[in-house]
Amino acid sequence: MFVFLEFLVFKTEEMEINLGPQHPSTHGVLRVKLRLDGETVVQCTPIIGYLHRGVEKICENKTWFQGQVWTDRMDYVAAVTNNLGWAEGVEKLFGIQVPRRAHYVRTLLAELNRIASHQLWLATHALDIGAMTVFLYCFRDREAILDIFEAFCGARLTTTAFRIGGLREDVPPGMDRMVRNFLKAFSTGIEEYETLLSENRIWKKRTVGVAKLQAKDAVALGITGPVLRAAGVPYDVRKAFPSAAYAEMDFQIATRPEADTYARYLVRLEEMRQSARIVQQCLDGLPEGPVMAKIPKILKSEVCEVYHSIEAPKGELGYYFVGEKGGANPYRMHVRAPSFVNLQALPKMTEGNLLADVIAAIGTLDVVLGEIDR
Amino acid sequence: MDSFARLLHLSPPLAWMALKLLIVIGGVMGIAAVLTWVERRGAAMMQDRIGPNRAGVKGITLLGLVQLAADGIKFFLKEDVVPPHGNRLLFTLAPALAFVPAMLGFAVIPFGQSFSSGGQAYHLSLLDPGNGMGMLYPLAIGSMAVYGILVASWSSNNKWAILGGMRSGANMVSYELGMSLAVISIFMAAGNSPVGSPVTLEAYDPHRIVEAQEGLWFAVRQPLGFLVFFTCMFAETNRLPFDFAEGESEIVAGFHTEYSSMKFALLQLSEYIHIVTASALLVTLYLGGWRIPFVPNPGVLLSVAAFLAKLLFLCWVFVWVRWTIPRFRYDQLMFLGWKVMLPLSMANLLLQAWLMHGRGIA
Repeated sequence: MFVFLEFLVFKTEEMEINLGPQHPSTHGVLRVKLRLDGETVVQCTPIIGYLHRGVEKICENKTWFQGQVWTDRMDYVAAVTNNLGWAEGVEKLFGIQVPRRAHYVRTLLAELNRIASHQLWLATHALDIGAMTVFLYCFRDREAILDIFEAFCGARLTTTAFRIGGLREDVPPGMDRMVRNFLKAFSTGIEEYETLLSENRIWKKRTVGVAKLQAKDAVALGITGPVLRAAGVPYDVRKAFPSAAYAEMDFQIATRPEADTYARYLVRLEEMRQSARIVQQCLDGLPEGPVMAKIPKILKSEVCEVYHSIEAPKGELGYYFVGEKGGANPYRMHVRAPSFVNLQALPKMTEGNLLADVIAAIGTLDVVLGEIDR
Repeated sequence: MDSFARLLHLSPPLAWMALKLLIVIGGVMGIAAVLTWVERRGAAMMQDRIGPNRAGVKGITLLGLVQLAADGIKFFLKEDVVPPHGNRLLFTLAPALAFVPAMLGFAVIPFGQSFSSGGQAYHLSLLDPGNGMGMLYPLAIGSMAVYGILVASWSSNNKWAILGGMRSGANMVSYELGMSLAVISIFMAAGNSPVGSPVTLEAYDPHRIVEAQEGLWFAVRQPLGFLVFFTCMFAETNRLPFDFAEGESEIVAGFHTEYSSMKFALLQLSEYIHIVTASALLVTLYLGGWRIPFVPNPGVLLSVAAFLAKLLFLCWVFVWVRWTIPRFRYDQLMFLGWKVMLPLSMANLLLQAWLMHGRGIA
């Protein structure tokens, strides 16, 4: 009827836009193809593969000992936990008994790494949402952890901290004091992050109710780690299938029922506190004894397969090994990378929300592209 | 003053105008330039780090101030990239469009107490009082600033830039209203000069507004209006928590994604000049302008110093806020603008009107 008035109607069209791979807040080289209606996200497609190095294939050509070096380069902000998964997986395959002291040191370092990883997450997540100062507070405190790693194995980021069968060296003298100093500084540091964010009204406005992922969807998508726990599912590999010294540690699984970005923030903060508790226990209860089991110079596998998973900072990190008869290297190696699985939730979390929420969602998922692309 | 004018072979009014121009333009640009340094050093201080302290001439770094010169030189030497499918003319024009309004707003601000010498009154503002525009002028000019951003984003032919421009346009519309209403209640409270005073000034003249704050500053008399205006200033200057047009972590660099070299420097500088002008407005409207509490006639030097002190403090507040709080989301800003700031501003207007009615003024 009013056809002649059609020229008065503004035409709108959806805009397709690439968020990344060169974008300040896609945490590396994630590319997200977005269809936007104004600023509302109509469709969100994560595109990965910009950091693919073929780690799984490379590891098939490396011996059981050498492969660990490549795990450093997967989740490069949590290299120690990656090392732990590899070392324990291989030990499980060969039935190697690791001395108790080595277990304790491994647990200690892995939990320190969890704190470092969560600190980096908080730093970048807050930066994405616009709180710039938290970024440097976190980096300041993370520095102490990297110093501890450096004292232990000489490397700060790509640690290759462990050996199959235990540790190459016992902990250096003075590390005990470094860890205790860190724990003291950390307890005030985490208060500072909380002061800046927890009750900050803008922070809450940007995170409460944003990028929700209900427990049902999270389980269906295979999401693990803090994202799952913030949806109220108390699944933690450290409790469910304890390895290293976790069975002897006293700690709680942090959960929240709200399933939003703010809940994930709270869960990760609580996890940092629990990790600090575990570190304290490892330090106090560090048993005496050797740190290395007696293992042959060259490991030759039988026909076998093994799956071993640990709780990495981002979620369940699993290593799947297939060995052939007389194989000095894995016949097949596969990594169940938590970031890779968790990233699947991005479309579900963001579609129908605003562009700024996509940034918050990428931040809250805590993805590391090195691990996704491998 | 006369001898100074004779020295320059100018008529005294012209010489006075030239001097004021020099002071205002030099002062504003100077403060803006130093503000970039304050921003970096201040941020470093808050974030437990050192900040720029390496650039120096023969080892003289002046606490990192030399970095300013180094950055200036760097910007001149950078390649000036113009996006191939953009509008070249508008792309070049946009930084100027952003820069000039930011600068112009300062023209009516009285930055010191008027004085008289040789039977001639001298006013420390570029435009003398009674020019008929008064405080409406900086508000009008301030709204022009959005064109710089819109033109920059449109001519870049870049999707991120367009998003930034749209945000900035929406931002400006939603905040100008609340801000203007807050200013109207200032005009109401200022009132015309009483009959018999040397110059009769309209209520919206900045000199009259400063005059009216002799007893109590408007910040105390209209705290609600002050709050609204203060918040809107952050939106107006595109600073955190309302830096949507730029929104670094969301839309790359927003409206200046495609800018480089001196064009980029000009856009950046105009942001800082905006801060200076906005602070000056806030000082004039709410913080008593050049007035010092309990000192009725501070004199020229003291009054200028007082104005400068207030101005610099507010500039610091801008820096302070930026490094402390996160960014709002774009729709939350609209919500805040339309559903909180505008009603608050209206409430303030009605409250002031009611109070004045109660006192039998109108």
